[in-house]
Amino acid sequence: MSVLVFAESSEGKFKKTALEVTSYGKKVAEQMGTNLVVLTINSNETSILYNYGAEKVLTITNKALNPFNAKIYANIVKQAAEKESAQVVIIDSNANGLYFAPMVSANLNAGFASNVIALPSSTAPFTVKRKTFSNKAFNNTQILTDVKVIALAKNAYGLVENKVSGTTEEFSPVLVESNLVSTSIEQTSGKVTIADADIVVSAGRGLKGPENWGMIEELASVLGAATACSKPVSDLGWRPHGEHVGQTGKPVSSNLYIAIGISGAIQHLAGVNSSKVKVVINSDPEAPFFKAADYGIVGDAFEVVPKLIEKLKEFKANNA
Amino acid sequence: MKILVCISHVPDTTSKINFTENDSKFDSNGVQFVINPYDEFALTRAMWFKEKQGATVTVATVGNATTEPTLRKALAIGADDAIRVNTEALDGFTVAKELAEVVKNGGYNLVLAGKESIDYNGGMVPAMLASLLDFNFVNACIGLEIEGDKATISREIDGGKEQLSSNLPLIIAGQKGLVEEKDLRIPNMRGIMMARQKPLTIVESSNGAATTAIVSFEKQAAKSACKLVDADNVGELINLLHNEAKVI
Repeated sequence: MSVLVFAESSEGKFKKTALEVTSYGKKVAEQMGTNLVVLTINSNETSILYNYGAEKVLTITNKALNPFNAKIYANIVKQAAEKESAQVVIIDSNANGLYFAPMVSANLNAGFASNVIALPSSTAPFTVKRKTFSNKAFNNTQILTDVKVIALAKNAYGLVENKVSGTTEEFSPVLVESNLVSTSIEQTSGKVTIADADIVVSAGRGLKGPENWGMIEELASVLGAATACSKPVSDLGWRPHGEHVGQTGKPVSSNLYIAIGISGAIQHLAGVNSSKVKVVINSDPEAPFFKAADYGIVGDAFEVVPKLIEKLKEFKANNA
Repeated sequence: MKILVCISHVPDTTSKINFTENDSKFDSNGVQFVINPYDEFALTRAMWFKEKQGATVTVATVGNATTEPTLRKALAIGADDAIRVNTEALDGFTVAKELAEVVKNGGYNLVLAGKESIDYNGGMVPAMLASLLDFNFVNACIGLEIEGDKATISREIDGGKEQLSSNLPLIIAGQKGLVEEKDLRIPNMRGIMMARQKPLTIVESSNGAATTAIVSFEKQAAKSACKLVDADNVGELINLLHNEAKVI
């Protein structure tokens, strides 16, 4: 018996979500009275997983597993789950996790719950709370099969240190064939991505034109934040499509979301509602975003944002 | 090319979300249902393949008779025929198993769907369908070209995109980018009239057992009112974010 976590790495380093699912998996293993096993592929810093509660780490080193292939990875997780008699398999909600977690579930003939936001409220029957209706509600889902697969929503549990003296074991699974071939990968490096950011600074049509984004980028850089935009802004071509957040764009579940000159249409809010703290800066006090936000400033972005940047720089200098 | 587009019948985005029967069921009273917006991207791309490359397009959903207007809307947009698997959609896995039968029986070689439905947001049906059928699968697809038996696909990854190539058969879970929102179609009167004549086949379910069960729903807790900070005192906002919200 065990709880199995898949910890994804990128260029050998663990993503933050990998440590989050490990933290979460440790607690689930405690609830079930069993051990946590963490599976990693092509990572060279596995001992960090012990700090988050991994009693056993399975490592696979194989160049053929770069880049990610959902079918092959899903089959490997199945083999690891069977080898470790895993009752619960936990995967993160990064792009790759969302891609292959349901395949793991189908391979194991196991019930699957995605968008899980909390520890199981009960382990028998196994019940988890999930986001649903595009962040407007939650549901409590029982997984009825013997083996359970869950995908933990991003930033839902956080990192919890829980140092154990773990062991590492080499694992050499059989690789299934796949004729789905990755031909190229374009990735912006050195920039905080919306998916990974703790803070997201987002702006809308209130900015009046693409030439005014300098202050948004500066604010983001002071905060170490990712930049994002509303749908009209990406439709107008002021900002790249990859920055569009909202229902049909990227979902945001950061700790802090700052919306500048964004009115807060329901489709926008659906995509950003799971951010923990929301700040709105808008000249229109009737903008719907004020109903969804925690903090707000009614004012002209062109006056407020430069002042905010100046004050934040002072704050950062004093708290460095 | 034989295309199957999987359609989910979902409450319109602006619907009020309420629950009944002791918060155990979604209250569909007075709710307007639509084609799931992500599936609409898939359907629109399928129409392009039909018009430019002579593909046939079938739409399918798993659900009871109340889902038929949504299938008719897809027919009005231009799909050739529709299939409804006559059973309640219990969970994603059982829906995938039902659709796997539809794909096997119909001999489809391209299956298009949205990456998730906007109601249950499971994001699992296309991937499970691929595993059940052993078809290639690409999630979060933002571009798809087909030439003969070869597909070129782009998908969104964290902080960028990846290009892939695959032979058919293939399953795609699409999102914005597969087509743009301006390309989405509204059925015209001629389409609506024609849709009434198009075949809508009802098939019986293979009666798989559910693997999960939703036992209750909860609404978002009522939010406390937004704290307003004076525009001349932005330092106070920093103070609140640091000392009260503890996010900076």
